[in-house]
This record gives sequence, structure tokens and C-alpha cells, in this order.
Amino acid sequence: MGKRLGMEVAVAVAEAVGLCNIDMAAVYPITPQSHIAEHLSDLVADGKIDAEFVTVESEHSAMSAVIGASGTGARSYTATSSQGLMLMHELLPIASAMRLPITMAIANRAVSGPLNILNDHSDIMPQRDAGWIAVFAENGQEAIDLSIQAFKIAEHKDVMLPVCVNIDGFQLTHMVEPLEMPTQEEVNQFLPPFVPHATLHPAKPVTMGAFAMSDYFTEIMKAKDEAVKNSKKVILDVWNEWGKLFGRSYKPVETYKADDADILMLTMGSMGETAQMAVDELRDRGVKAGLVKLRLWRPFPFPEIKAAVKNAKKLIVTDRAVSFGGPGGPVFSEIKSALFADTRRPAIYNYIIGLGGRDVAVNEFAGMFEKVLADTGNVAADTYEFWGVRE
Amino acid sequence: MNIVENFDLYAPRLINKKELLSAGHRACSGCAEVLAVRLMCKALGENTVIASATGCMEIVSSMFPTTAWEVPWVHVAFENAAAVASGIEAGLKALRKKGRIDDRYVKVVGMAGDGGTMDIGFQALSGAMERGHDMIYVCFDNEAYMNTGIQRSSGTPMGASTTTAPAGKVSSGQKTWKKNMPEILVAHNIPYVATACPSYPLDFIRKIEKAKSIKGPSYIHCFSACPTGWRCPSHQAISMGRLAVETGVFPLFEVEHGHYHLSPDMPKKLKPIKDYFKGQGRFRHLTPVEIDMIQEKVTTEFKKLTEKAKFLKTGTE
Repeated sequence: MGKRLGMEVAVAVAEAVGLCNIDMAAVYPITPQSHIAEHLSDLVADGKIDAEFVTVESEHSAMSAVIGASGTGARSYTATSSQGLMLMHELLPIASAMRLPITMAIANRAVSGPLNILNDHSDIMPQRDAGWIAVFAENGQEAIDLSIQAFKIAEHKDVMLPVCVNIDGFQLTHMVEPLEMPTQEEVNQFLPPFVPHATLHPAKPVTMGAFAMSDYFTEIMKAKDEAVKNSKKVILDVWNEWGKLFGRSYKPVETYKADDADILMLTMGSMGETAQMAVDELRDRGVKAGLVKLRLWRPFPFPEIKAAVKNAKKLIVTDRAVSFGGPGGPVFSEIKSALFADTRRPAIYNYIIGLGGRDVAVNEFAGMFEKVLADTGNVAADTYEFWGVRE
Repeated sequence: MNIVENFDLYAPRLINKKELLSAGHRACSGCAEVLAVRLMCKALGENTVIASATGCMEIVSSMFPTTAWEVPWVHVAFENAAAVASGIEAGLKALRKKGRIDDRYVKVVGMAGDGGTMDIGFQALSGAMERGHDMIYVCFDNEAYMNTGIQRSSGTPMGASTTTAPAGKVSSGQKTWKKNMPEILVAHNIPYVATACPSYPLDFIRKIEKAKSIKGPSYIHCFSACPTGWRCPSHQAISMGRLAVETGVFPLFEVEHGHYHLSPDMPKKLKPIKDYFKGQGRFRHLTPVEIDMIQEKVTTEFKKLTEKAKFLKTGTE
């Protein structure tokens, strides 16, 4: 077991990736991802990682280069944020369709405009249907753990899909936290070498990225859908193994005081810990409040979500992104859709919170609970609201 | 394996007999570009990995579940062939160093059309060349977006009629001069830049072989006649390429470490450009005045090139 050290989370993520024997990384600077790229380049410059480090001229080329490298069978990594992720967008479904096990850190940041460098989830939400496995870290330790696990999940022969690890920009990336870094021996024991299915090498020539028309396209899309769905089994296995090796267990959905709760709050990412404090406050006042934290965004954990909310009368879903003119925040839409067929589902309320780095304090989470508690709880009244907005 | 008719008679030692772009692809009849790609593969040999941009050559060669490629080949998107190739080069380098693949030398090649190179892929190409990846980039220039239906690109020559810069009552087609891509690549200070045309197959093969021998980035701009888009008979693709060279519209030259050489096939005296224009529907609307204006530009540009070849030659010449 590694020592507990105070470290900046972005630096720790780079250190963790450095333990994973990567062969290649391609990065382009963008706030708040840059500390990951900078520290990775330090590790390469000091000879601590034996990898090709390609400083590309855009995020589009970063994703293109890791696709090329992953095609050769190299363990390939990149990291980005916001506009960079939007620039990569075109290539994300191609990477998953090509079944390339790329791993990427996303230091989540608001998407322009107006330009804003601070945290929310508006960058990852438009990537929802790219066919990538997507996980969210709640704190620095999770950011490290999920980053290492990502390689094992992505490269598993039954998965072969890219994975993105979402780490809230600034709120997590720039925070100094006491973190436990696994040792090289522990990572070596956990993470086997990457054995690719097919590679771009003249020893056995293959064609990758072929052109497919209507006679095959649907079948290829179905195969990708099956692959993303089936990845869940491997994700659970990897998380169980991690729990046994490191004593920190991971589940698709985490709950806090949720079993007997009448009212639940759902968060994704770093705000879970703040919301947890609000739950404690409400419990102190005798309110049966609880928390549900969604860690696995894709593949979506339907049974776990259903189980987590089955006893609640009211559910508050928080969203860190907006679906303009749509049915509510993207997480809300998914949760609502997942629970639609349940006749005893809770009334679902949606608050859009923490956009562009706006802080959401404990008392505000408590305020959301109170406002919803005061409502009559009509299921048909499901709607969304911007929390804390100046009108 | 296909053998060129009478192959054994005319060039047994000069051209690799092995077909690495096999027959059965779906290119138009008379396509000079697919011929150029086939010649390129012969010159590169088996120890090659090719990253192709979206475009004619990609769709005609890789219709799932078939492939015409006998070398490792990958297509990702339109604007990123150079970036994908840089990743392949980095990946192979890392794996070779770690002993995870055999230690043979593999040449990485990026390829795209004029749109994929000069317009949408320009940034990725500039980045890859600047970073100094050990790769060859080949632009197959047929002077418009032929795959999507003959739309103008920055490679379309002045006066050519395309579907988005058509000749009309108040327009004479393309209103801009063709972007001088080889000079832009020379400005990247890469070891080797050359122009080529499949109408001069031995010259083209020699240039690919030279690029292959260089450790570092090289760029070959291959002029590839498109009978479909240029509106000329499909049996004239080769003669159109020759006329482009003979008129100085597309001069053949090489730039090695900044030193210019005109290629041996360049004639001493150029033919008038109207000889080249007259066989092509895309130039049919041009008036004698407009042709004279273009002739003047071609003459000036060729003079500039010959001056460079004179003053920027190597010391040994």
C-alpha cells in the first residue's frame, strides 16, 4: 500500500497514469487539464515513463494521434477539457467504432459561450452518445483510482472500448488532497500488458476504419451498443478486484443514508461530498434525507439506480449542464427515462446547479431539500429549475 | 497478383511487381489518382503503414467488408491523416523500442486529396511536419473535391469551373490562384519536398523511394488528373498529366534541404497552356483574354521556380 501524501489532484492523475506503463500520449494545452499534460511531460523528460510524448497542434490532432497509436497496439493516453473535448467530438464515435481502448481524462469545464474556464459538465454531456465508457470522480483519490482502472477496463478483451474519466476542473484538478498513490508493484500486479486484437503492422496487414454503407452500418452500430452494454460486467469485476487489492470499493451508484430516506438528492462528480454534508444537517433535524451518487454514466446503470431510489417519495436530480429548450438537464432526462416504467417511482425534481464554476454550498443543497420537501409531490409536475439564478 | 501487360518487357528492374493496392477497387475508369496510389505502394513496398484521409481513394478502396489494401491501412476522418500518421509513427517507435514488435523499419505514410491536404487537413499536416515525424505525406491533387461532386478547393486552378465555383453569365469559374502547397511545405524546412505526376511513373517512383530513404518528414505533391471532374475523356488522364507538366502548369521539381532541382522530365521550352486547357470541359468557357492572363501567371511562376533552381542548387552542381 502506498503512502498518503498531499498532492495536487492533476499531478496525482499524471503520476497514476505514469504507473500504467503507457506507450504514447498526445496532448494539447487547455485549462484546467494542463497540469496533467505538464506533469506527464515532466515524467517523460525525467525518464520516469518510457513513452512517446507527442505535443500536437490541436485537440483534434491529439485524439487523431492517439487513435493512430492505439491502432498500432500502443497503450495511448490523452487528456482535455471543454473546447478541446468539443473539438475532439468528431473523432470520439470513430475511436469507439474502431474498438480502440484509448483512455482520456476530462478535466470538466464549461463550454463557451461566453468563454468560461471553470467547472461544470457541459463539455462531457454532448459526448454522451459517442460510445465511450464514462465514469465520474468525486474526489482526488477516485480520480487516481479510476484513471488506473480505466486502462484495465478499456483493454479487456470483452470490452475494447475507449474510456473517459471525468474529473471536475479546478474543484478537483487543482485541489491539494491527501492521496494514497499505489506503488509500481501494485499497479503491475493489477494491470496486465495490453494485448491488442489487431494492429497496424506489416507482419499482418489489416484494414481499419473501412467505409460501410446501409448494408452493414446498422449491424456495426448494434455491435457497438452491445459492446458498451456488455462492458458493465467487466467494469464491476475490475472494481471488485480493485476493492480487494486496495480496500477502496467502487460501485456504479453510491448511496449515503438512502435506504430509509423519504427524499433523495442525486449528484455526479465532486459536488457529492458537499451534498452529503447537507444530508447530515437534515438528518440532524429529523428529516429522512439521503444521497445517490452516480459514478458510471455510460453504460448507464439502470438496475442500480432503480434499487437506490425505490423507497423514496421524492428525488432531486442535480444537473451541471443545460439541455436548452429540452425536457430538463441531461442527467434528469436519463433518470426520468430509467424510472418511467416504475409505477411507484418518486416524484422527480431537477435543479440546474453550479454552472461555469458557480459554487454550491452546503446550505444551498439544504435549501433544495427544503424547497422540495414543501412541495406537494405531484409526479406529473416533474420539471426543471435553475438554482440560485439572478432574475 | 496482377501483372501489368508486357511488364517484363519494359521495366523489370524498375518497378516492384507486387500489387499492394489490389484490383477490384471502385475508382472511375481513367482515374490517374488510383494509378498514382498503386505506383506509390509499389515504390513503398510491404513494410509500410498508410493513414488515409476521407476522400475518393478511401471510399473506392475500403468498402466494408472488402478491402483493396495489401498493406496495413487506416482511415479515421477527413482532416486528420497527418495527425493519425504521427500517432502511428509514435506508437510503432515506442513498441519497437520496448521490443513488443519486431525491429524492422516501417515507413508511415499519410495520404489525402487536395481538399484533405490544402484546406481541411492543412493544420494537421503543418503540425505533423513541424514536429518532425518520420513519415511521408502524399497529397493526391485532382484540383477539387471530386468525391463529393467536383466542388472548388484551394487547389482548384484559376478559371476552372466547378460545382461551387461554376462558370456562368457573370463568372468565369474559380476566381483565385491555386494555393502553392509545395512552397508552403518548403517553408516548414523539412528535408524533402517534391512534386510528381503518375504520367511520369519512373520519376514518381524515384521520388517516393527517395522520401522513403529519408529519416524525417517528407512531402510529395502528386498531380492526379480526374477525367470525371475535369470533363475530359477517360483515356486522356495520362496525356493531361503530361500536358500539365509540359506547359509548366504543374512543374516537376524536388527540394532537398532547401536546394531546388527541376526534374529531368521538365522540358526546356514550355508548351502554351491553351494546349492543356483545350481538352478539358472545366476550362471550355475561358476567353482568349482570360487564358492570356493565366498564361502570364504560369510563365512568371515557372520563371521564379527556374531562378530558385539556379540560385538554390546544391554545391555539387
